[in-house]
Amino acid sequence: MKAARRLHAVMAILAALAASVAQANPVRWQLNMTPGVTDVSERVQSLHNLTLWICVVIGVLVFGAMAYAMFAFRKSRGAVPATWSHNTTAEIIWTVVPILILIVMAVPATKTLFQMYDTSKSEMTVKITGYQWMWRYEYLGENVQFLSRLERSSDRTRVLGSGMDPYAVKVGDENTYLLDVDHPLVLPVDTKIRFVVTGDDVIHAWWVPMLGWKQDAIPGIVNENWTRIKKVGVYRGQCAELCGRDHGFMPIVVKAVPKAEFKSWLAAQRSANDAAATASALPAATPDAAVAPVVAAVPAAAPAAR
Amino acid sequence: MATHNTAVAHHDGHEHDDHAHKEGFFHRWFMSTNHKDIGTLYLIFSLVMFLVGGSMAMVIRAELFQPGLQFVQPEFFNQMTTMHALIMIFGAVMPAFVGLANWMIPMMIGAPDMALPRMNNWSFWILPFAFTMLLLTLVMPGGAPAGGWTMYPPLSLQGGTNVAFMVFAIHMMGISSIMGAINIIATILNMRAPGIDLLKMPVFVWSWLITAFLLIAVMPVLAGAVTMLLTDKYFGTSFFYAAGGGDPVMFQHIFWFFGHPEVYIMILPAFGIISEIIPTFARKPLFGYQAMVYAIASIAFLSFIVWAHHMFTVGMPFGGELFFMYSTMLIAIPTGVKVFNWVSTMWKSSMTFETPMLFAVAFVILFTIGGFSGLMLAMVPADFQYQDTYFVVAHFHYVLVTGAIFAIMAGVYYWLPKWTGHMYNETLGKWHFWLSTIFVNVLFFPQHFLGLAGMPRRIPDYNVAFADFNAISSIGGFAFGLSQLLFVYIVWSTARGGVKAEARSWEGARGLEWTLSSPPPHHSFTTPPVIKDGDLAHGNVTH
Repeated sequence: MKAARRLHAVMAILAALAASVAQANPVRWQLNMTPGVTDVSERVQSLHNLTLWICVVIGVLVFGAMAYAMFAFRKSRGAVPATWSHNTTAEIIWTVVPILILIVMAVPATKTLFQMYDTSKSEMTVKITGYQWMWRYEYLGENVQFLSRLERSSDRTRVLGSGMDPYAVKVGDENTYLLDVDHPLVLPVDTKIRFVVTGDDVIHAWWVPMLGWKQDAIPGIVNENWTRIKKVGVYRGQCAELCGRDHGFMPIVVKAVPKAEFKSWLAAQRSANDAAATASALPAATPDAAVAPVVAAVPAAAPAAR
Repeated sequence: MATHNTAVAHHDGHEHDDHAHKEGFFHRWFMSTNHKDIGTLYLIFSLVMFLVGGSMAMVIRAELFQPGLQFVQPEFFNQMTTMHALIMIFGAVMPAFVGLANWMIPMMIGAPDMALPRMNNWSFWILPFAFTMLLLTLVMPGGAPAGGWTMYPPLSLQGGTNVAFMVFAIHMMGISSIMGAINIIATILNMRAPGIDLLKMPVFVWSWLITAFLLIAVMPVLAGAVTMLLTDKYFGTSFFYAAGGGDPVMFQHIFWFFGHPEVYIMILPAFGIISEIIPTFARKPLFGYQAMVYAIASIAFLSFIVWAHHMFTVGMPFGGELFFMYSTMLIAIPTGVKVFNWVSTMWKSSMTFETPMLFAVAFVILFTIGGFSGLMLAMVPADFQYQDTYFVVAHFHYVLVTGAIFAIMAGVYYWLPKWTGHMYNETLGKWHFWLSTIFVNVLFFPQHFLGLAGMPRRIPDYNVAFADFNAISSIGGFAFGLSQLLFVYIVWSTARGGVKAEARSWEGARGLEWTLSSPPPHHSFTTPPVIKDGDLAHGNVTH
């Protein structure tokens, strides 16, 4: 069992390394940030790598100098201490050079940030609302909205003393423990999507690492962000701001689909909603008819605040 | 004043212990106005809180050892993370530095005692009550605070009775810190022996002078922020309730206006300690004394204009993000100067590696690693990925554990012979160092990977992809925690006995504290010492 898990993990890493295919989930033994599936997430990752390697180089130089000093200037080797305690040239160099390095880092950081802040020319808008402990997605102007919460098998397994194995929570080959929801957010690829993000009760944060950013969902405040997903796939994330007891149990799943598929999905949702609305408007309608098609699409299903 | 002088004359030529015998236990420890006894109280208190906060970390690491919930409910897990932080920050690190200041500042500047001895007693004795009150919330209905040590509303206001207890406990800690800071400033500015100009003071004294001003500036800000929480909770105000016209983000701005200088309150005295220890064991004057002092002052100034880098994801305007990114990056420059100066102090020196030096060298390396991740976190676009992940957890534990706490331990080993009159057991000290340094890295280094792979902080359970590094981290955590029991034993056994320490306990030690006997007399300097520049820790003070 364990060996099989290990083998599986190794294969997952190899697969991730070999085909630089975007990994939708975190992988076991993952060491570095994902490049993600958007232009922005790629630029964020390259900025991260740039600063990381600059730090590594500085670290090697400084710690190398220390290591040499600790080896060479030991009393046990008969080292005699110098008496100087000042060197203007050296001090100017190690003040000015870091300033130049900082500028090298600041330029790409500023450019990327500028790009991230440009929510103009978006083709559609999704409103994201954080609740304790679930998300609500609303396709603005489309009459489609639903709640998205932790999927059942994770929810049963995560109970203290459940005796159930987190390794057994799977979709196909992929372990989705705590990273799967009942209703994923379906989005089209190659479309500039604007998000407006807010919170209903406490502060949450909406984060899908593959999209390259997180945004706080704050009661009384509407934040903006955007994405343009390049690849079809399922991308998983989690709430990133402590929001109470079940903070660890309100994941996010984005399902990116081709544009045409998205259109038909949206139309199906809308007609189901319209049907539900009509049905519930008729006094003779059975409760079943109202509930059956899209349970979570009924706005009243939203939890009462506080 | 006359009585005081007689008392001083009376103590001349007497052992510290003689004096102690005259006082009962209660009188000596509860009513003390002596800077050394109060320093000892602070240090013991800090050690107890370190163990209490450490046990909470053990609960956290035990729950995170495997995916799935094995030991505690999520709500209790959140109480543990919240209390661990509050206790370690306000109960362990800050009192330890105040204890070191109490013990060392009068001896380093040639003073008989602190300037305000009675207030000194009061500022210590508030602390046990404050922390008793805070810890009592663990057994109250509704449990301890669980909204994070940052207390962000509206979440923190969902707590029960604990909100009031937490707020009052923080008020008391704040009063204690402010009084301690006033005392330190008054002592440094008024009690220096003739000839110790400000720019001849040891760097440790400088670091504390600046830290004390930071404390006075920001503790009232924290008190204001938590008072607003209190009135929002109990008196119907809406400072932070959006529904009543308030703004939850405003709390974060106020909190971090306190919180960022607070970070430096916990690291500047560490810089001071390291700047005392490295020259001693390198047998060479500190490189760039004045640059060190100015670097500390610059860092202190910058600490007031970088606060919003803790909240890049709240949706600030573009210009605001840029300002806080650039100002944060600037901190790298004075911090870099300090690291380069420490390395230059070691260059062409004659080093030995006793335990204090080992901890100091580890401090320079590991704190710098924490500084690197801090620089990475300053990059706003990348921070949109790092924010609230284990990458941040790894960052601030490198800065606070291998930074602040390693410096405190270095300082304790360095001055323990002076305080107790006995040398500690060097072999055990080295064991403690190596165990701590190896396992603290096993504990915290993998957390960088977890954060980069996408694991949020403050979660009790996680996907199996994060299982391997969490297991490694937990093993490191348990081993690091156990290693600290060795530290407790070493300190305890050194206090009880051991090889007699000389007045100048280390060959390369400079500074007025080493001209006093070990242990020092009850009142440190009853007559002002005559200052020779060679006695000062940093040698040449002209640059």
